Amino acid sequence: MDISILAPSATGWGDELLSGLWITVSLALTTLPFGLVLGLCFASLALSPSRMARGLAAAYVTVFRGLPELLTLFILYNGLGMFLNTVLSALAHDHVAVDLSPFLTGAVALALVFGAYAAEVFRGAFMALPPGQIEAAFAIGMSDWQVFHRIKFPQLMRLALPGLGNLWINLIKDTALVSVIALNDVMRQGFVASNVSKQPFLIYGAVCVLYWGLCILSETVLGWLEHRSNRGVRFVK
Amino acid sequence: MTFTLENWPLLLKGAGLTLQLAIGAFFIGALLALPLALLRIYGNKLASGIVRVLISFLRGTPMLAQLFLVYYGAGQFRPQLQALGLWTFLREPYFCALLTFTLNTAAYQAEILRGGIRAVPAGEVEAAKAISMSFGLQLRRIICPHAYRIAMPALGNELILMIKGSAIASVVTLLDLMGQARLIFARTFDFGIYLQAAILYLVISFAVVRLWRLLEWWSAPQFRRPVPTSNPVTTGGQP
Repeated sequence: MDISILAPSATGWGDELLSGLWITVSLALTTLPFGLVLGLCFASLALSPSRMARGLAAAYVTVFRGLPELLTLFILYNGLGMFLNTVLSALAHDHVAVDLSPFLTGAVALALVFGAYAAEVFRGAFMALPPGQIEAAFAIGMSDWQVFHRIKFPQLMRLALPGLGNLWINLIKDTALVSVIALNDVMRQGFVASNVSKQPFLIYGAVCVLYWGLCILSETVLGWLEHRSNRGVRFVK
Repeated sequence: MTFTLENWPLLLKGAGLTLQLAIGAFFIGALLALPLALLRIYGNKLASGIVRVLISFLRGTPMLAQLFLVYYGAGQFRPQLQALGLWTFLREPYFCALLTFTLNTAAYQAEILRGGIRAVPAGEVEAAKAISMSFGLQLRRIICPHAYRIAMPALGNELILMIKGSAIASVVTLLDLMGQARLIFARTFDFGIYLQAAILYLVISFAVVRLWRLLEWWSAPQFRRPVPTSNPVTTGGQP
Protein backbone atom coordinates (compact mmCIF):
# COMPACT_ATOMS: atom_id res chain seq x y z
CA MET A 1 0.00 0.00 0.00
CA ASP A 2 1.25 3.40 -0.96
CA ILE A 3 -0.19 6.22 1.11
CA SER A 4 1.37 8.89 -1.13
CA ILE A 5 -1.36 8.43 -3.76
CA LEU A 6 -3.70 10.17 -1.33
CA ALA A 7 -1.63 13.37 -1.41
CA PRO A 8 -3.49 16.50 -2.55
CA SER A 9 -1.20 17.08 -5.52
CA ALA A 10 -1.05 16.55 -9.29
CA THR A 11 0.16 12.98 -8.81
CA GLY A 12 -2.04 12.15 -5.80
CA TRP A 13 -5.79 11.75 -5.60
CA GLY A 14 -6.34 13.87 -2.48
CA ASP A 15 -7.37 17.02 -4.37
CA GLU A 16 -9.82 15.09 -6.58
CA LEU A 17 -11.36 13.44 -3.54
CA LEU A 18 -11.68 16.78 -1.74
CA SER A 19 -13.33 18.42 -4.77
CA GLY A 20 -15.73 15.47 -4.83
CA LEU A 21 -16.39 15.98 -1.13
CA TRP A 22 -17.30 19.59 -1.90
CA ILE A 23 -19.87 18.40 -4.47
CA THR A 24 -21.26 15.93 -1.93
CA VAL A 25 -21.66 18.71 0.64
CA SER A 26 -23.19 21.14 -1.89
CA LEU A 27 -25.67 18.50 -3.02
CA ALA A 28 -26.73 17.81 0.57
CA LEU A 29 -26.98 21.54 1.38
CA THR A 30 -28.98 22.24 -1.81
CA THR A 31 -31.38 19.41 -1.02
CA LEU A 32 -31.98 20.37 2.60
CA PRO A 33 -34.18 23.52 2.21
CA PHE A 34 -36.39 21.89 -0.45
CA GLY A 35 -36.74 18.75 1.64
CA LEU A 36 -37.67 20.78 4.72
CA VAL A 37 -40.32 22.78 2.83
CA LEU A 38 -41.76 19.59 1.30
CA GLY A 39 -41.83 18.00 4.74
CA LEU A 40 -43.60 20.99 6.33
CA CYS A 41 -46.17 21.17 3.52
CA PHE A 42 -47.02 17.48 3.65
CA ALA A 43 -47.10 17.45 7.46
CA SER A 44 -49.67 20.29 7.30
CA LEU A 45 -51.64 18.34 4.69
CA ALA A 46 -51.53 15.22 6.86
CA LEU A 47 -53.05 17.18 9.77
CA SER A 48 -55.62 19.10 7.72
CA PRO A 49 -59.34 18.43 8.20
CA SER A 50 -59.74 17.70 4.49
CA ARG A 51 -59.86 13.99 3.73
CA MET A 52 -58.36 14.43 0.30
CA ALA A 53 -55.38 16.36 1.67
CA ARG A 54 -54.77 13.65 4.24
CA GLY A 55 -54.98 10.97 1.56
CA LEU A 56 -52.52 12.84 -0.63
CA ALA A 57 -50.05 13.20 2.24
CA ALA A 58 -50.41 9.52 3.17
CA ALA A 59 -49.78 8.46 -0.42
CA TYR A 60 -46.69 10.67 -0.74
CA VAL A 61 -45.19 9.48 2.54
CA THR A 62 -45.92 5.81 1.82
CA VAL A 63 -44.49 5.85 -1.69
CA PHE A 64 -41.27 7.76 -1.02
CA ARG A 65 -40.53 6.00 2.25
CA GLY A 66 -41.31 2.62 0.69
CA LEU A 67 -39.20 2.88 -2.45
CA PRO A 68 -35.45 2.31 -2.46
CA GLU A 69 -33.68 5.66 -2.87
CA LEU A 70 -31.76 4.25 -5.82
CA LEU A 71 -35.01 3.39 -7.63
CA THR A 72 -36.47 6.86 -6.95
CA LEU A 73 -33.31 8.32 -8.41
CA PHE A 74 -33.51 6.17 -11.57
CA ILE A 75 -37.22 6.87 -12.03
CA LEU A 76 -36.55 10.61 -11.91
CA TYR A 77 -33.35 10.49 -13.95
CA ASN A 78 -34.86 8.46 -16.80
CA GLY A 79 -38.52 9.30 -16.37
CA LEU A 80 -38.41 13.04 -15.76
CA GLY A 81 -36.14 13.54 -18.78
CA MET A 82 -38.42 11.49 -21.06
CA PHE A 83 -41.50 13.23 -19.68
CA LEU A 84 -40.08 16.73 -20.19
CA ASN A 85 -38.91 15.82 -23.69
CA THR A 86 -42.35 14.53 -24.65
CA VAL A 87 -44.20 17.51 -23.18
CA LEU A 88 -41.82 20.13 -24.58
CA SER A 89 -41.66 18.49 -28.00
CA ALA A 90 -45.47 18.44 -28.15
CA LEU A 91 -45.66 22.08 -27.09
CA ALA A 92 -42.98 23.28 -29.51
CA HIS A 93 -44.14 21.01 -32.39
CA ASP A 94 -40.50 20.13 -32.77
CA HIS A 95 -38.05 17.67 -31.30
CA VAL A 96 -36.68 19.10 -28.06
CA ALA A 97 -34.10 17.28 -25.97
CA VAL A 98 -33.52 18.44 -22.41
CA ASP A 99 -30.60 16.94 -20.61
CA LEU A 100 -31.15 16.82 -16.88
CA SER A 101 -27.95 17.27 -14.94
CA PRO A 102 -27.18 14.53 -12.42
CA PHE A 103 -26.85 17.23 -9.74
CA LEU A 104 -30.36 18.58 -10.35
CA THR A 105 -31.95 15.12 -10.61
CA GLY A 106 -30.10 14.00 -7.51
CA ALA A 107 -31.26 17.04 -5.56
CA VAL A 108 -34.90 16.53 -6.63
CA ALA A 109 -34.89 12.81 -5.82
CA LEU A 110 -33.17 13.25 -2.45
CA ALA A 111 -35.50 16.16 -1.56
CA LEU A 112 -38.55 14.00 -2.30
CA VAL A 113 -37.22 11.22 -0.05
CA PHE A 114 -36.10 13.66 2.66
CA GLY A 115 -39.49 15.40 2.49
CA ALA A 116 -41.36 12.15 3.04
CA TYR A 117 -39.41 11.29 6.19
CA ALA A 118 -39.43 14.93 7.38
CA ALA A 119 -43.22 15.07 6.99
CA GLU A 120 -43.49 12.33 9.61
CA VAL A 121 -41.04 14.09 11.94
CA PHE A 122 -42.90 17.41 11.60
CA ARG A 123 -46.26 15.68 12.07
CA GLY A 124 -45.04 14.26 15.37
CA ALA A 125 -43.74 17.68 16.40
CA PHE A 126 -47.02 19.43 15.47
CA MET A 127 -48.95 16.93 17.53
CA ALA A 128 -46.66 17.45 20.52
CA LEU A 129 -47.46 21.18 20.69
CA PRO A 130 -49.68 21.99 23.69
CA PRO A 131 -53.17 22.55 22.22
CA GLY A 132 -53.92 25.16 24.91
CA GLN A 133 -51.34 27.55 23.45
CA ILE A 134 -52.90 27.36 20.00
CA GLU A 135 -56.41 27.85 21.41
CA ALA A 136 -55.14 30.84 23.40
CA ALA A 137 -53.52 32.34 20.28
CA PHE A 138 -56.74 32.03 18.31
CA ALA A 139 -58.71 33.39 21.29
CA ILE A 140 -56.77 36.67 21.24
CA GLY A 141 -57.52 37.00 17.54
CA MET A 142 -54.31 35.83 15.83
CA SER A 143 -54.65 34.82 12.20
CA ASP A 144 -53.69 31.34 10.95
CA TRP A 145 -50.36 32.67 9.69
CA GLN A 146 -49.61 34.50 12.97
CA VAL A 147 -50.34 31.34 14.95
CA PHE A 148 -48.00 29.41 12.64
CA HIS A 149 -45.02 31.73 12.72
CA ARG A 150 -45.32 33.03 16.31
CA ILE A 151 -46.54 29.99 18.23
CA LYS A 152 -46.12 26.79 16.24
CA PHE A 153 -42.96 27.23 14.18
CA PRO A 154 -40.49 28.31 16.93
CA GLN A 155 -41.45 25.31 19.08
CA LEU A 156 -41.66 23.01 16.09
CA MET A 157 -37.97 23.33 15.35
CA ARG A 158 -37.04 22.40 18.91
CA LEU A 159 -39.25 19.32 18.89
CA ALA A 160 -38.29 18.23 15.39
CA LEU A 161 -34.54 18.79 15.67
CA PRO A 162 -33.48 15.31 16.88
CA GLY A 163 -35.48 13.62 14.11
CA LEU A 164 -34.27 16.07 11.47
CA GLY A 165 -30.69 15.55 12.62
CA ASN A 166 -30.96 11.83 11.86
CA LEU A 167 -32.46 12.65 8.46
CA TRP A 168 -29.60 15.02 7.67
CA ILE A 169 -27.05 12.29 8.36
CA ASN A 170 -29.03 9.88 6.18
CA LEU A 171 -29.11 12.54 3.48
CA ILE A 172 -25.33 12.87 3.49
CA LYS A 173 -25.01 9.12 3.09
CA ASP A 174 -27.70 8.93 0.40
CA THR A 175 -25.84 11.46 -1.75
CA ALA A 176 -23.40 8.60 -2.48
CA LEU A 177 -26.13 6.97 -4.58
CA VAL A 178 -26.12 9.90 -7.00
CA SER A 179 -22.61 8.82 -8.05
CA VAL A 180 -24.31 5.92 -9.86
CA ILE A 181 -25.80 8.42 -12.36
CA ALA A 182 -22.35 9.97 -12.90
CA LEU A 183 -22.32 12.93 -10.52
CA ASN A 184 -18.68 13.69 -9.72
CA ASP A 185 -19.12 13.46 -5.96
CA VAL A 186 -16.56 11.94 -3.61
CA MET A 187 -17.87 8.42 -4.25
CA ARG A 188 -17.47 8.75 -8.02
CA GLN A 189 -14.02 10.36 -7.67
CA GLY A 190 -13.08 7.41 -5.51
CA PHE A 191 -14.30 5.05 -8.25
CA VAL A 192 -12.17 6.80 -10.85
CA ALA A 193 -9.17 7.00 -8.53
CA SER A 194 -9.31 3.32 -7.60
CA ASN A 195 -9.57 2.29 -11.26
CA VAL A 196 -6.49 4.30 -12.16
CA SER A 197 -4.34 3.71 -9.07
CA LYS A 198 -5.23 0.00 -8.63
CA GLN A 199 -5.38 0.58 -4.88
CA PRO A 200 -9.15 0.29 -4.32
CA PHE A 201 -8.95 -0.59 -0.63
CA LEU A 202 -6.88 2.45 0.21
CA ILE A 203 -8.99 4.82 -1.91
CA TYR A 204 -12.37 3.55 -0.71
CA GLY A 205 -11.02 3.53 2.83
CA ALA A 206 -10.18 7.23 2.40
CA VAL A 207 -13.65 7.89 0.91
CA CYS A 208 -15.26 6.17 3.90
CA VAL A 209 -13.16 8.24 6.30
CA LEU A 210 -14.26 11.46 4.54
CA TYR A 211 -17.95 10.51 4.89
CA TRP A 212 -17.34 9.45 8.48
CA GLY A 213 -15.73 12.82 9.20
CA LEU A 214 -18.75 14.63 7.72
CA CYS A 215 -21.11 12.59 9.87
CA ILE A 216 -19.11 13.15 13.07
CA LEU A 217 -18.92 16.88 12.33
CA SER A 218 -22.69 16.95 11.70
CA GLU A 219 -23.35 15.11 14.97
CA THR A 220 -21.26 17.66 16.87
CA VAL A 221 -23.03 20.63 15.29
CA LEU A 222 -26.43 19.01 15.80
CA GLY A 223 -25.66 18.36 19.45
CA TRP A 224 -24.79 22.02 19.86
CA LEU A 225 -27.94 23.13 18.02
CA GLU A 226 -30.10 20.87 20.16
CA HIS A 227 -28.52 22.23 23.29
CA ARG A 228 -29.14 25.76 22.05
CA SER A 229 -32.75 25.17 21.01
CA ASN A 230 -33.53 23.77 24.46
CA ARG A 231 -32.23 26.83 26.34
CA GLY A 232 -35.68 27.87 27.58
CA VAL A 233 -36.76 24.40 28.61
CA ARG A 234 -36.60 23.26 32.20
CA PHE A 235 -35.67 19.64 32.86
CA VAL A 236 -36.64 17.90 36.05
CA LYS A 237 -34.50 14.94 36.98
CA MET B 1 -44.61 3.16 -21.80
CA THR B 2 -46.31 -0.21 -21.69
CA PHE B 3 -47.49 -2.48 -18.94
CA THR B 4 -47.06 -6.05 -20.03
CA LEU B 5 -46.53 -9.11 -17.92
CA GLU B 6 -43.77 -10.52 -20.10
CA ASN B 7 -41.01 -9.19 -17.85
CA TRP B 8 -42.56 -10.35 -14.60
CA PRO B 9 -40.80 -13.72 -14.40
CA LEU B 10 -37.49 -11.83 -14.41
CA LEU B 11 -38.71 -9.20 -11.94
CA LEU B 12 -39.99 -11.89 -9.57
CA LYS B 13 -36.68 -13.72 -9.84
CA GLY B 14 -34.98 -10.44 -8.94
CA ALA B 15 -37.37 -9.93 -6.03
CA GLY B 16 -36.36 -13.38 -4.80
CA LEU B 17 -32.69 -12.37 -4.73
CA THR B 18 -33.59 -9.07 -3.02
CA LEU B 19 -35.44 -10.93 -0.26
CA GLN B 20 -32.69 -13.54 0.03
CA LEU B 21 -29.99 -10.87 0.44
CA ALA B 22 -31.97 -8.59 2.75
CA ILE B 23 -33.50 -11.25 5.01
CA GLY B 24 -30.30 -13.30 5.04
CA ALA B 25 -28.21 -10.28 6.02
CA PHE B 26 -30.81 -9.21 8.59
CA PHE B 27 -30.83 -12.51 10.47
CA ILE B 28 -27.07 -13.17 10.27
CA GLY B 29 -26.66 -9.54 11.40
CA ALA B 30 -29.03 -10.23 14.30
CA LEU B 31 -26.69 -13.00 15.49
CA LEU B 32 -23.77 -10.53 15.48
CA ALA B 33 -25.77 -7.65 16.96
CA LEU B 34 -26.39 -9.23 20.37
CA PRO B 35 -22.72 -9.84 21.23
CA LEU B 36 -21.87 -6.35 19.91
CA ALA B 37 -24.55 -4.73 22.08
CA LEU B 38 -23.46 -6.77 25.13
CA LEU B 39 -19.80 -5.84 24.62
CA ARG B 40 -20.79 -2.20 24.20
CA ILE B 41 -22.67 -2.19 27.52
CA TYR B 42 -20.97 -4.77 29.74
CA GLY B 43 -17.52 -4.96 28.15
CA ASN B 44 -14.45 -3.35 29.66
CA LYS B 45 -13.31 0.05 28.48
CA LEU B 46 -11.19 -1.30 25.62
CA ALA B 47 -13.77 -3.74 24.20
CA SER B 48 -16.58 -1.23 24.59
CA GLY B 49 -14.49 1.47 22.90
CA ILE B 50 -13.59 -0.76 19.94
CA VAL B 51 -17.23 -1.75 19.42
CA ARG B 52 -18.23 1.89 19.69
CA VAL B 53 -15.80 2.98 16.96
CA LEU B 54 -16.83 0.04 14.76
CA ILE B 55 -20.53 0.87 15.08
CA SER B 56 -19.86 4.57 14.49
CA PHE B 57 -17.93 3.75 11.31
CA LEU B 58 -20.58 1.39 9.95
CA ARG B 59 -23.35 3.87 10.68
CA GLY B 60 -21.41 6.95 9.59
CA THR B 61 -20.48 5.83 6.08
CA PRO B 62 -22.75 5.09 3.09
CA MET B 63 -23.46 1.38 2.56
CA LEU B 64 -22.46 1.89 -1.10
CA ALA B 65 -18.97 2.99 0.00
CA GLN B 66 -18.76 -0.03 2.31
CA LEU B 67 -19.81 -2.33 -0.51
CA PHE B 68 -17.14 -0.90 -2.82
CA LEU B 69 -14.57 -1.15 -0.02
CA VAL B 70 -15.28 -4.88 0.28
CA TYR B 71 -15.99 -5.72 -3.38
CA TYR B 72 -13.20 -3.76 -5.08
CA GLY B 73 -10.95 -3.49 -2.03
CA ALA B 74 -10.69 -7.25 -1.65
CA GLY B 75 -8.91 -7.41 -5.00
CA GLN B 76 -5.98 -5.50 -3.57
CA PHE B 77 -5.31 -8.34 -1.10
CA ARG B 78 -5.87 -11.16 -3.55
CA PRO B 79 -2.69 -13.14 -2.82
CA GLN B 80 -3.21 -12.95 0.94
CA LEU B 81 -6.90 -13.84 0.62
CA GLN B 82 -6.05 -16.75 -1.68
CA ALA B 83 -3.58 -18.02 0.92
CA LEU B 84 -6.35 -17.88 3.52
CA GLY B 85 -8.82 -19.54 1.17
CA LEU B 86 -11.21 -16.57 1.42
CA TRP B 87 -10.79 -15.44 -2.17
CA THR B 88 -13.44 -17.84 -3.52
CA PHE B 89 -15.98 -15.96 -1.37
CA LEU B 90 -14.77 -12.40 -1.78
CA ARG B 91 -14.51 -12.53 -5.56
CA GLU B 92 -18.26 -13.25 -5.75
CA PRO B 93 -20.40 -10.09 -5.74
CA TYR B 94 -23.11 -12.09 -3.93
CA PHE B 95 -20.96 -12.80 -0.89
CA CYS B 96 -19.49 -9.28 -0.88
CA ALA B 97 -22.99 -7.81 -0.81
CA LEU B 98 -24.13 -10.27 1.85
CA LEU B 99 -21.07 -9.53 4.01
CA THR B 100 -21.47 -5.75 3.67
CA PHE B 101 -25.20 -5.79 4.37
CA THR B 102 -24.69 -8.12 7.35
CA LEU B 103 -22.06 -5.90 8.99
CA ASN B 104 -24.10 -2.76 8.30
CA THR B 105 -27.33 -4.11 9.74
CA ALA B 106 -25.48 -5.66 12.69
CA ALA B 107 -24.27 -2.18 13.67
CA TYR B 108 -27.76 -0.67 13.46
CA GLN B 109 -29.35 -3.62 15.27
CA ALA B 110 -26.71 -3.45 18.01
CA GLU B 111 -27.67 0.18 18.69
CA ILE B 112 -31.37 -0.71 18.72
CA LEU B 113 -30.69 -3.58 21.15
CA ARG B 114 -28.56 -1.32 23.32
CA GLY B 115 -31.60 0.94 23.72
CA GLY B 116 -33.69 -2.12 24.57
CA ILE B 117 -31.22 -3.43 27.16
CA ARG B 118 -30.98 0.02 28.76
CA ALA B 119 -34.75 0.06 29.11
CA VAL B 120 -34.95 -3.22 31.09
CA PRO B 121 -36.45 -2.36 34.50
CA ALA B 122 -33.55 -2.08 36.97
CA GLY B 123 -35.57 -3.74 39.72
CA GLU B 124 -35.89 -6.96 37.76
CA VAL B 125 -32.14 -7.19 37.19
CA GLU B 126 -31.52 -6.46 40.88
CA ALA B 127 -34.03 -9.12 41.86
CA ALA B 128 -32.31 -11.62 39.55
CA LYS B 129 -28.95 -10.79 41.13
CA ALA B 130 -30.46 -11.04 44.61
CA ILE B 131 -31.50 -14.64 43.97
CA SER B 132 -27.95 -15.20 42.62
CA MET B 133 -28.78 -15.84 39.00
CA SER B 134 -25.65 -16.16 36.88
CA PHE B 135 -25.11 -13.52 34.20
CA GLY B 136 -25.96 -16.01 31.46
CA LEU B 137 -29.22 -16.90 33.14
CA GLN B 138 -30.05 -13.22 33.72
CA LEU B 139 -29.50 -12.62 30.00
CA ARG B 140 -31.63 -15.55 28.96
CA ARG B 141 -34.50 -15.10 31.38
CA ILE B 142 -34.64 -11.37 32.22
CA ILE B 143 -32.63 -9.07 29.94
CA CYS B 144 -33.08 -10.54 26.47
CA PRO B 145 -36.84 -11.15 26.63
CA HIS B 146 -37.38 -7.56 27.78
CA ALA B 147 -34.85 -6.02 25.40
CA TYR B 148 -36.10 -7.83 22.31
CA ARG B 149 -39.73 -7.00 23.11
CA ILE B 150 -38.86 -3.30 23.41
CA ALA B 151 -36.69 -3.46 20.28
CA MET B 152 -39.18 -5.32 18.07
CA PRO B 153 -40.79 -2.31 16.31
CA ALA B 154 -37.41 -0.68 15.65
CA LEU B 155 -36.02 -4.00 14.36
CA GLY B 156 -38.95 -4.17 11.96
CA ASN B 157 -38.04 -0.72 10.64
CA GLU B 158 -34.47 -1.92 10.19
CA LEU B 159 -35.63 -4.92 8.15
CA ILE B 160 -37.60 -2.62 5.82
CA LEU B 161 -34.56 -0.31 5.49
CA MET B 162 -32.44 -3.37 4.67
CA ILE B 163 -34.82 -4.46 1.89
CA LYS B 164 -34.70 -0.97 0.37
CA GLY B 165 -30.96 -0.61 0.93
CA SER B 166 -30.24 -3.92 -0.77
CA ALA B 167 -31.07 -2.21 -4.10
CA ILE B 168 -27.42 -1.08 -4.23
CA ALA B 169 -26.47 -4.72 -4.88
CA SER B 170 -27.41 -3.93 -8.49
CA VAL B 171 -24.39 -1.62 -8.69
CA VAL B 172 -22.03 -4.58 -8.27
CA THR B 173 -23.70 -6.52 -11.13
CA LEU B 174 -26.12 -8.53 -8.99
CA LEU B 175 -29.52 -9.09 -10.59
CA ASP B 176 -31.78 -8.32 -7.67
CA LEU B 177 -35.12 -6.58 -8.30
CA MET B 178 -33.37 -3.28 -8.99
CA GLY B 179 -30.73 -5.02 -11.13
CA GLN B 180 -33.32 -6.82 -13.27
CA ALA B 181 -35.22 -3.54 -13.76
CA ARG B 182 -32.03 -1.76 -14.84
CA LEU B 183 -31.11 -4.59 -17.21
CA ILE B 184 -34.56 -4.67 -18.83
CA PHE B 185 -34.56 -0.88 -19.12
CA ALA B 186 -31.16 -0.90 -20.79
CA ARG B 187 -32.47 -3.42 -23.33
CA THR B 188 -35.91 -1.98 -24.08
CA PHE B 189 -35.84 1.67 -22.94
CA ASP B 190 -39.31 0.94 -21.57
CA PHE B 191 -39.61 3.27 -18.62
CA GLY B 192 -42.65 1.36 -17.30
CA ILE B 193 -40.33 -1.35 -15.98
CA TYR B 194 -39.12 0.97 -13.22
CA LEU B 195 -42.70 1.65 -12.17
CA GLN B 196 -43.41 -2.08 -12.13
CA ALA B 197 -40.33 -2.62 -9.97
CA ALA B 198 -41.54 0.21 -7.70
CA ILE B 199 -44.91 -1.51 -7.26
CA LEU B 200 -43.15 -4.79 -6.39
CA TYR B 201 -40.94 -3.03 -3.81
CA LEU B 202 -44.02 -1.42 -2.23
CA VAL B 203 -45.85 -4.76 -2.13
CA ILE B 204 -42.84 -6.43 -0.49
CA SER B 205 -42.59 -3.64 2.11
CA PHE B 206 -46.29 -3.88 2.91
CA ALA B 207 -46.12 -7.64 3.25
CA VAL B 208 -43.08 -7.46 5.52
CA VAL B 209 -44.72 -4.80 7.71
CA ARG B 210 -47.81 -7.02 8.14
CA LEU B 211 -45.72 -10.15 8.82
CA TRP B 212 -43.60 -8.28 11.37
CA ARG B 213 -46.74 -7.06 13.21
CA LEU B 214 -47.90 -10.66 13.28
CA LEU B 215 -44.54 -11.70 14.72
CA GLU B 216 -44.76 -8.99 17.38
CA TRP B 217 -48.28 -10.06 18.27
CA TRP B 218 -47.34 -13.71 18.40
CA SER B 219 -44.16 -13.17 20.45
CA ALA B 220 -45.75 -11.08 23.21
CA PRO B 221 -49.07 -12.66 24.19
CA GLN B 222 -49.16 -10.80 27.49
CA PHE B 223 -49.29 -7.43 25.70
CA ARG B 224 -52.20 -8.26 23.41
CA ARG B 225 -54.90 -5.73 24.00
CA PRO B 226 -58.30 -7.24 24.58
CA VAL B 227 -60.64 -6.32 21.75
CA PRO B 228 -63.86 -4.68 22.94
CA THR B 229 -66.56 -6.96 21.56
CA SER B 230 -70.15 -7.60 22.38
CA ASN B 231 -69.11 -10.99 23.71
CA PRO B 232 -67.19 -10.35 26.96
CA VAL B 233 -65.67 -13.83 26.91
CA THR B 234 -63.75 -13.22 23.66
CA THR B 235 -60.35 -11.63 24.24
CA GLY B 236 -57.00 -12.11 22.62
CA GLY B 237 -56.86 -9.28 20.13
CA GLN B 238 -55.80 -9.02 16.57
CA PRO B 239 -52.35 -8.28 15.18
